[in-house]
Amino acid sequence: MVPTGYYIILSAILFGLGVFAFIFKRNIITIFMSIELMLNAVNLAFVAFSQALGKLDGQVFVLFVIVVAAAEAAVGLGIIILIARNRQTLNVERVNLLKL
Amino acid sequence: MTAPLAVFFVLAGLAVIGAVSLILQKHPIHSALSLIVVMIALAGLYLLLGAEFVAAVQIIVYGGAIMVLFVFVIMLLNAGIEEHTSISKMAGAPGLLLVVALAGFVAATIAKSTESVQATPQSGEIASTIGISNMIFKDFVYPFELTSFLILVAVLGATVLAQREKS
Repeated sequence: MVPTGYYIILSAILFGLGVFAFIFKRNIITIFMSIELMLNAVNLAFVAFSQALGKLDGQVFVLFVIVVAAAEAAVGLGIIILIARNRQTLNVERVNLLKL
Repeated sequence: MTAPLAVFFVLAGLAVIGAVSLILQKHPIHSALSLIVVMIALAGLYLLLGAEFVAAVQIIVYGGAIMVLFVFVIMLLNAGIEEHTSISKMAGAPGLLLVVALAGFVAATIAKSTESVQATPQSGEIASTIGISNMIFKDFVYPFELTSFLILVAVLGATVLAQREKS
């Protein structure tokens, strides 16, 4: 069977790619998607450890993370719509003023 | 190479390719589709791990609801191809350094972590959904009830944010 370490390494790679996308992407929607990618990477580590230790706590945490991600997506996309309406741009480089 | 290991490498490769594609694509809608590939691959990995309930929730909630919300907002805002601005060239070098440092930190932590957990082979036996529901509704009942409050507040917040201001 697959060793748990493989899952953890995959999780670390996905998290690193998420951080990379978060720093280097310019579109605010893509930046938001990279946050979801990082949450998914953490979920994978949770499930892998949960199965390795034979306890279900990790899977329950994953369900809570998914709930928080859904709530975060609703609020975050509302904020993105507000930014796009007020600034007429989705580029984070152009959103550099606290007050219009 | 055993069959589960082969399936793992196929799904892991799919997930990594999807994540790299998310970074390389210029149009947000292409990035969103790449993210859906990552999520479906992760759902397959959860099935391989034996967490069938989490796999179903991953596809329904993440691949379905959340990504539809993303695609909907991309359509609503008519988001085009990412424009290239190089206002902050300075952020590039420290950012890359930060990513490499983070990857090194994670690698060091994995290397130092106890061998016992890492070497434990995944049994692959199906985790019972009954066990998960027992935990949610008995051990984690207060956090579970709090999440309903969290979702209520999030929906209210999103509604207030997105409504047009009355003139």
